[in-house]
Amino acid sequence: MSNAEKQMMSPALAAERVAAGLAARRGRERRFRIYGRIAIGIALAFLVTLFVSIFSKGIPGFFQHYVTIEVTLDRAKLDPAGDLSVQSLYDGDARGVIRKALFEAAEASGRSGRKAAGKIISKGAEQRLRSAILDDPDILDTTQSMTFAVDDDVDSFLRGYIKRETPEKDRRINDKMIGYIDTLNEKGLISFRFSDYLIFGSASRNAEMAGIYGALVGSILTLAVCLVLAFPLGVATAVYLEEFAPKNRVTELIEININNLAAVPSVVFGILGLAIFIGIFGMPRSIPLIGGVVLALMTLPTIIISSRAAIRAVPPSIRDAALGVGASRMQTMLHHVVPLAMPGMLTGTIIGMAQALGETAPLLMIGMVAFIVDVPGSVTDPGTVLPVQIFMWADFAERMFILKTSAAIMVLLAFLILMNAAAIIIRKKLERRW
Amino acid sequence: MNSFSLLIAVLLISSGYFFLGTRSSKAVRTAGARLHSLPHYYGLFAGLVAALPALALLAILAIGDDIIFNRLALDFVPDEVKAGENYKEVIVLAQIYNVVNGINFGEQPEWVNAAAAAWHGWEAASTTLKTVTVLALSLIGGMLAYRMVNPDFRSRNAVERIVMTILAASSAIAILTTIGIVFSVIFESMRFFALVPVSEFLFGTTWNPQFEGAERAGSGQMGLATYGSVPLFAGTFLISVVALSVSVPVGLFSAIYLSEYATPRVRSVVKPLMELLAGVPTVVYGFFAALTVAPFIRASGMSLGLDVASESALAAGLVMGIMIIPFVSSLSDDVINAVPQALRDAAYGLGSTRSETVRQVVLPAALPGIVAAVLLAVSRAVGETMIVVMAAGLAANLSLNPLDAVTTVTSQIVTILVGDQEFESAKTLSAFALALTLIVITLGLNFIALQIVKKYREQYE
Repeated sequence: MSNAEKQMMSPALAAERVAAGLAARRGRERRFRIYGRIAIGIALAFLVTLFVSIFSKGIPGFFQHYVTIEVTLDRAKLDPAGDLSVQSLYDGDARGVIRKALFEAAEASGRSGRKAAGKIISKGAEQRLRSAILDDPDILDTTQSMTFAVDDDVDSFLRGYIKRETPEKDRRINDKMIGYIDTLNEKGLISFRFSDYLIFGSASRNAEMAGIYGALVGSILTLAVCLVLAFPLGVATAVYLEEFAPKNRVTELIEININNLAAVPSVVFGILGLAIFIGIFGMPRSIPLIGGVVLALMTLPTIIISSRAAIRAVPPSIRDAALGVGASRMQTMLHHVVPLAMPGMLTGTIIGMAQALGETAPLLMIGMVAFIVDVPGSVTDPGTVLPVQIFMWADFAERMFILKTSAAIMVLLAFLILMNAAAIIIRKKLERRW
Repeated sequence: MNSFSLLIAVLLISSGYFFLGTRSSKAVRTAGARLHSLPHYYGLFAGLVAALPALALLAILAIGDDIIFNRLALDFVPDEVKAGENYKEVIVLAQIYNVVNGINFGEQPEWVNAAAAAWHGWEAASTTLKTVTVLALSLIGGMLAYRMVNPDFRSRNAVERIVMTILAASSAIAILTTIGIVFSVIFESMRFFALVPVSEFLFGTTWNPQFEGAERAGSGQMGLATYGSVPLFAGTFLISVVALSVSVPVGLFSAIYLSEYATPRVRSVVKPLMELLAGVPTVVYGFFAALTVAPFIRASGMSLGLDVASESALAAGLVMGIMIIPFVSSLSDDVINAVPQALRDAAYGLGSTRSETVRQVVLPAALPGIVAAVLLAVSRAVGETMIVVMAAGLAANLSLNPLDAVTTVTSQIVTILVGDQEFESAKTLSAFALALTLIVITLGLNFIALQIVKKYREQYE
């Protein structure tokens, strides 16, 4: 329609045109709104799928099957040297004692029967028996009812992942073993209970003995190093840049650097740690100290940015009042502004720590992925962290590892949710609105 | 004394000087003189002077001694061993370390034992040196500062200068980190490019890194190592495209709905839920991709008669897309909210419907910000590591079919650098070259995003 026609259009005609297009426009409006709802629906559906898939495997992962047997703790066999030393207990025949008790309970006999029945119990049973004796030597030469984890294949069978109907040669446990498991089950000796190995056990290639304790300690040590470095450095940088730094080239360069560091992929920080701390300084691999330093460098931008925002939120009147009664700029800052900005700084720090807790890639680079059975006792002992433990377990095909990996993820998520909740509470309760 | 107890000792000395300084300056004040600063500033000054130089010295000595020991220990290595073709400094040093720490695997050559014995000697000497110098520096420094306590000394200004220096030094850490990253990557990359031509790395289409010793290890493929990074970048590109085609529409439409349509109640529930997706660690996404999504996609592809790789780009990309949704939506949400209400009111006043307002007024006004958000999302996708390590393949296929297995830059970096590596081989060095290109790409994207926002941002005032 040309301009001339437009001008000549009467109000009635215009109203008619508008009315004619109204239905289509309302339709478009409705569709547009539906697109938005679909988008949110998709995002939430992803969220639900993610959590359901993790939780459905993770909750069973907190439990595992145990077998309770009457063990006759013959001192002559268990403690041949008779001095209760660790060496003597290791020389003793804990395995034989447990097997004997198990054969009685499962009514196993014959060479092949014993061989099959012996596979029911976890390899960790001997260690558990030895530590029970060390804890309480009085139980020697008595008969005790003791509970041991079953082997992970037996566990998978009891959970129904290994099916009875599968032909014998295709499943990992044979008919004889199934017979003994049934016997134990009928006697009510097999129980399904909370897995103490998951929480208190350390890295192990045997799924039934694997636990997150070592990784958890490693995570705590790493985060401690990270916090000790990142919090003071971050706050000091924020205070300097926000209050004292002269506006010049150097300051500008620092600001650009901080923004750039926030954008650098985390794996690059791992390469920094590998090249500088391990390559040049010759520090050992896999230690929480380097992990903490690398994560601190990675979280610094987060802490700096949120601390600066917190300092900026403190109203100028506070500063003016302090300066007015004769405080120096440093006193104003350290005695008044920083304490008032502290809740905001803490919130930022906790969020940064939560990021660091979930971070995996840079720690792989500095070798925290090694298979380490011992629980790290200090920041210079080799160790691993929870996310890396999850990464390593995810590689194992055993059903029980999948369950335990999901359970470990739930523990990790629980910590993250706790930290974020703490951040929200600090923000809500302590932050002052001016 | 070891480093830790030295640290404690220095802190004790420092707090001792703090109390001394405070007390004697108080005494001066009680005597009737007028102090320039409050008494505790005199104490603080003495304490800081006692602690800071000593701690700096301690740090330098504690980090430096191992480096010097390593150099010295290499002198013990006989020339014929050095000339041997399998000679590696790292391995020799590890041998010596083990003997030093009392871990012995069988008989060691004579020179290793000699080096270890000498090492013990150096360690003792260095500990003595550390103890004496650090404690002396602390005591003398503190004493000098303590003797400066007199009414005319402006101790507050001195303390504030020291604190200011500490603050400024902390902010220099950001620069140091950047320098560290750049140097660690550039030096190794330069060594890589001395072995492999830049043109092969940038334009070669076969990625097949091998350790130089591969032939001896029995693979018989000596000399076949090629470092053409094109398949890696193609794989990264493919996975990022899949990720963005999930996250951009979903993120953008959710942001529009939440800011323009949703009631405050819905918004207050849905927004934190979406943020939850951002808080999930990447290793969890990787596990989800590898164990749930990839088998699902493979099974559904099979039922449609498609040949889907078990580590398809689609699975990794889809999950990465999920991860980036909150990133896109919260950035776009900020941008959309920044469009002034007056523009919307004007559009409504002319009779536009809400969707017409959004499409014809709000989105054009917010476009630069949205483009920047998408670019930032791309840089996130390119740099993301764990999802691709766990769910994408390792085979460097040059393919743009999302159902194939491809590999990415980050997953190659991790694969090459995790575990034992020889720092000298082209394979290890290639990871640094990949990291360099990765940094250049992500920083480039961020730079462009910032420029777009700066240049095209509408000023509504």
